[in-house]
Amino acid sequence: MLRTVVTRLAGAAVMAVLATLVVFLIANTVPGDPVLAQLGDIAASNPATVAEWRAKWGLDLPLWEQYLIFLRGLAQGDLGTSIASQRPVLEDIAQYAPATVELASIAFVLALGIGIPLGIAAAVWRDSWVDAMARVVSLIGVSSPTFWLAFIMLAIFYGGLQIAPGPGRLDPIAFPPDEVTGLFLIDTLLAGDWDGFHDAAAHLVLPSIVLAAATIGLITRTTRAAMLEAMGQDYVRVSRAKGMRERYTILRHVLPNALIPVVTLGGLAYANLLAGAVMTETVFSWPGLGRYTFRSAAALDFPAIMGITLVVSVTYLLVNLLVDLSYAMLDPRVRR
Amino acid sequence: MTNPVLEVDDLRTVFLTDAGPVHAVDGVSFRIGAGETLGIVGESGSGKSVTALSLMRLLEEPARIVGGSIRFQGRDLLAMRPDELRSLRGDRMAMVFQDPMTGLNPVIRILRQLTEPMVGHGRFAAPEARRRAVGLLGRMGITAPERSVSRFPHEFSGGMRQRVMLAMGFANDPALLIADEPTTALDVTIQAQLLDLLRQLNAEFGTAILLISHDLGVIGSVCQRVVVMYAGEVVEEAATEAVLADPRHPYAWALVNAVPRIDQPLGADRRLVSIEGAPPDALNLPQGCRFAPRCPFKVERCEREHPPLAEVAPGRLARCWVTQAGQVLPKAGGSGLGGVRASPPPAIEPLLSVRGLVKHFPLPRESLFAPRRVVHAVNGIDLDVGRGETLGIVGESGCGKSTLARLVTRIHAPSAGSIVFDGQEIAEASPAAIRPLRRRMQMVFQDPYASLNPRMTIGDTLAEPLVAHGLARRGAEARERVGGLLEMVGLNPAWVSRFPHEFSGGQRQRISIARALALEPEMIVADEPISALDVNIQAQILNLMLDLQQRMGLTYLFIAHDLAVVRHLCDRVVVLYLGRVMESAPAEALFARPLHPYTGVLISAVPTPGRVRVVLEGEPPSTLAPPQGCPFRGRCPIAQPVCETMPPLAEAEAGRWVACHFPGEFSHAGLGA
Repeated sequence: MLRTVVTRLAGAAVMAVLATLVVFLIANTVPGDPVLAQLGDIAASNPATVAEWRAKWGLDLPLWEQYLIFLRGLAQGDLGTSIASQRPVLEDIAQYAPATVELASIAFVLALGIGIPLGIAAAVWRDSWVDAMARVVSLIGVSSPTFWLAFIMLAIFYGGLQIAPGPGRLDPIAFPPDEVTGLFLIDTLLAGDWDGFHDAAAHLVLPSIVLAAATIGLITRTTRAAMLEAMGQDYVRVSRAKGMRERYTILRHVLPNALIPVVTLGGLAYANLLAGAVMTETVFSWPGLGRYTFRSAAALDFPAIMGITLVVSVTYLLVNLLVDLSYAMLDPRVRR
Repeated sequence: MTNPVLEVDDLRTVFLTDAGPVHAVDGVSFRIGAGETLGIVGESGSGKSVTALSLMRLLEEPARIVGGSIRFQGRDLLAMRPDELRSLRGDRMAMVFQDPMTGLNPVIRILRQLTEPMVGHGRFAAPEARRRAVGLLGRMGITAPERSVSRFPHEFSGGMRQRVMLAMGFANDPALLIADEPTTALDVTIQAQLLDLLRQLNAEFGTAILLISHDLGVIGSVCQRVVVMYAGEVVEEAATEAVLADPRHPYAWALVNAVPRIDQPLGADRRLVSIEGAPPDALNLPQGCRFAPRCPFKVERCEREHPPLAEVAPGRLARCWVTQAGQVLPKAGGSGLGGVRASPPPAIEPLLSVRGLVKHFPLPRESLFAPRRVVHAVNGIDLDVGRGETLGIVGESGCGKSTLARLVTRIHAPSAGSIVFDGQEIAEASPAAIRPLRRRMQMVFQDPYASLNPRMTIGDTLAEPLVAHGLARRGAEARERVGGLLEMVGLNPAWVSRFPHEFSGGQRQRISIARALALEPEMIVADEPISALDVNIQAQILNLMLDLQQRMGLTYLFIAHDLAVVRHLCDRVVVLYLGRVMESAPAEALFARPLHPYTGVLISAVPTPGRVRVVLEGEPPSTLAPPQGCPFRGRCPIAQPVCETMPPLAEAEAGRWVACHFPGEFSHAGLGA
């Protein structure tokens, strides 16, 4: 088992670096010039300014040399300096990541916590009102565009009913807690700041629901389908023939088998939530990686784009590894 | 029968379908005394499994019991509340299902699956249940039960899993065990072990057993009495031996005679009794006898009046006007059904000749530095198939039968050895060089459901090889040829535009045979072509194969695990074990007096009532690490130290080859006819 983990980790590292190479090449072939994006029309019309600026950021070097410099930095744990913010990329990412991790994790817990029980209920009481409700919930979740859902939620619960706080991670007048993890829920608790905790939690409600919506739908449908498939298996009939209670049969015989495909989906969904919060973060003014990504891409901020690529690919690879490991826990046939 | 465990009276179960109620079980009555054994036999769709599920009250929508009564130990099962039923199930009455590969939960350890009924019914506390589980597994013949209980199902073979299922059935010492086709998915040797076990358990624990099977031989080797079901009704009930010897219902007669018997002499006529047609449409049952449309003995009254189940002899019930009137059904076998077999051709010119054939399948590495493990599927096979001959290949699963079929047809490339087809070496021939040979050598597969493309009409399926090999042009010419092919295999040529799902299993296998015949091959390799079919359909397909051979001079390589069928159909037989030839001989001689002990135990394992059996212990060793020396020595009843060297395949008598240091020394009372 340990050996599998080590081999897979080494493979993941190689994959992550390869991913940066692909992004590097793509970013350099798309038509678009960071000079224009950064300096503006007037400064860009002066060749001397442009040349000086290019030399400053190393953009006058051949492509392979630029990539080599990136790799050399990477080996020393340095992702370079962001052109837009003029700060080390790693610092930027460290600043924006906790907000996204917090949002995505809460959304993930919501998606599993609602999706799995709803899927189980829909399968057990197939074609009943529960099933119909589950179908409606997942249909809405999967088919509503995120920005639309975000505005509707804000309009109803913040603008209309005024029971939810507005955008942002905290009240505009509140002070953020002392930074330990960067996750406000945890930092406020560590500081013993109950009001702050309450404030941070309240601000998480709407964005996490919006972000989780599509995933809730997917997990509900997948759980329901997997449950129905497992319920049709012979060992379920055998359990009934042994005189086991129906509840026991569902929870102990059906569910463990049905969870296997759900875990695969769940892993991918979590990685997606982490990497795909751009829309939600924008509408809710959430200072996370999604907005940083958007800004960096718009500014053709190469070092930042490369850094984000690396972070996202490492996240995907790690989550995938975790999924594979949990597979071995759930399914003895995969174990060695 | 003083104290019946189970009394079933006029049980009626229907499936409520959109087209109307389907009467799956239609007025079935029988009883089982304490400690008694009863068999239910019938073809697929006869209602036997639905009967079993009705008894357990485990029917699922849209099936429903609509009439009759089931009394278990005097209590009315149909009046019980769900929780009362639940406390009976797995406790007083237990059930074992057909497929041991899917009946155990793959993610739960054997121990918990065994102990949950014991603990769940409150009969044993957990530690006690564990001890009992270990004890039961040992009793079921599982080696090292203390270690085995903590394993997962995938670590067991099919036979072992069925033992676990049996142990589960006996967990709480039930009064009645219902076993639905418990051995159908298993090899004949493993089947023999399990049937023996069932018989012993019945004797030892006094558990009444209701055994459901499509195979009268299986029922005969466990059950004293048998109920024959047809179209949801009991058509005959009697002592099993009586039904086997002298069936009193024409359907039972057809069942008995559709199956070649390994313990009866072969006649000159090798056609089997097969009744044409199919069971009646359950939505539209005939008003008279339900078997009348297919019955060779019917009289005018049969189509008019539905016969009752009435006594035809002491202790014998039959639902037939003809036998109730005292008429006796004829003895089959050479009963003038025609098609006398030509004498086997002299084996002078082999059409196919195989020497030293080897096939190893390397498995993917388990990790970067682990050695590659290799499946030794075929380990040096020599055989010849003469032109016009039928060569049978037999052996347990994993002995390399199917790999051999795929090698000689060059679906796989051999690892070593030579394959000569009609004078041409094809072992290493390129795909382009093989292509013209495909015309001359065709294959028929086991599963008629999986081997036809569901999205192609059968007309397209049959025309495809004709067009591909340039034998017919697309369009009218191909259509005409396809029509002729369908007619040749006994199907209506008007059905060309139908899709595979519109056909029954037997009809599909006819289509598969038609596809193989399309290119007018000289040789057909048939890999278990009848294993997935009901006995009556098996007889039809075997008769078709015999007819086609006579008409077209075909050569067959016939792979099967059913020894009685092989004995019946084949001129010569090759017995394989772990990818090696153990014995090769003319069929009649081989079955009359096997020279290799493995052949002996294989033949002995065929369920035949009233015959002493040598039960072969254990299962074939892993093909990943085949043993040194004689591969069979680990299970051989007469193994000696000298068997650690591999005996060569040598001619022991004229035309009889055997790979054994002690040819002909293993024998026992039950062998030979």
